[in-house]
Amino acid sequence: MAHIERPISPHLQIYKPQISSVLSILHRITGAALGFGLLLFAWWLIAAASGPEAFARASGFIGSVLGRLILFGFTWALFYHFCNGIRHLFWDMGKGFELPVMHRTGWAVVAGSAVLTILVWVLAYALR
Amino acid sequence: MGSKGNYRSPLARVRGLGAAKSGVEHWWLQRASAIALLPLVIVFTAFAISLTGASHAEVAAFLGRPLPAGVTILLVIAAFWHLKLGGQVIIEDYVSHEGVKLACVLALTFATVAVGLACILAVLRLVVAGA
Repeated sequence: MAHIERPISPHLQIYKPQISSVLSILHRITGAALGFGLLLFAWWLIAAASGPEAFARASGFIGSVLGRLILFGFTWALFYHFCNGIRHLFWDMGKGFELPVMHRTGWAVVAGSAVLTILVWVLAYALR
Repeated sequence: MGSKGNYRSPLARVRGLGAAKSGVEHWWLQRASAIALLPLVIVFTAFAISLTGASHAEVAAFLGRPLPAGVTILLVIAAFWHLKLGGQVIIEDYVSHEGVKLACVLALTFATVAVGLACILAVLRLVVAGA
């Protein structure tokens, strides 16, 4: 196979963290975290189909302090990935690449994911 | 070969499939599943909020109804498909050893199919139980 001198990535450590790069890696991190979170969702769903005892175990864990912390993190990761995913879909259409626009939509994703997370938890506690 | 600004090998260029050795199918399905997940996540979040603190009987009866069951099954399919595609990209980016990479992607594929199928069977069981 012909050897071709391709450009290589520079070292990540020399860069100052910026809104663009931090949000980019957060998309990947939240995506991976949501993958593990789906296991919790699967446990809950399968427990619901298995019977009251299995469901009590699953909902007991989810309702515990640790479970709620995980679920809160899952909620934020979900809405972060959701909002930033919409941003990615617009990029796929070639829109929103200008730096000022990218910074604005980036902060909108940060704010939007926080607002949606809090909204969901307030509603869940209010309607419980 | 190798005109300025072109780093592709002549064989890669003539195949036209890029470094991933395949076409745009993976890329496209990642977007298709993402778009499908937008409404599904919103609707299921509403379900989840309404089910907060619900008993087993309430949850089982709710998920056994046609509309929530349908939404949940679609969500499971789209989410696990999206996870398989996205996870594969992460593995391919960070695992450089070809054999380990293949094993990881296979493990991810089998795991997502197995857990996804288990979720679908769970919903179907609740539908049958509620019928």
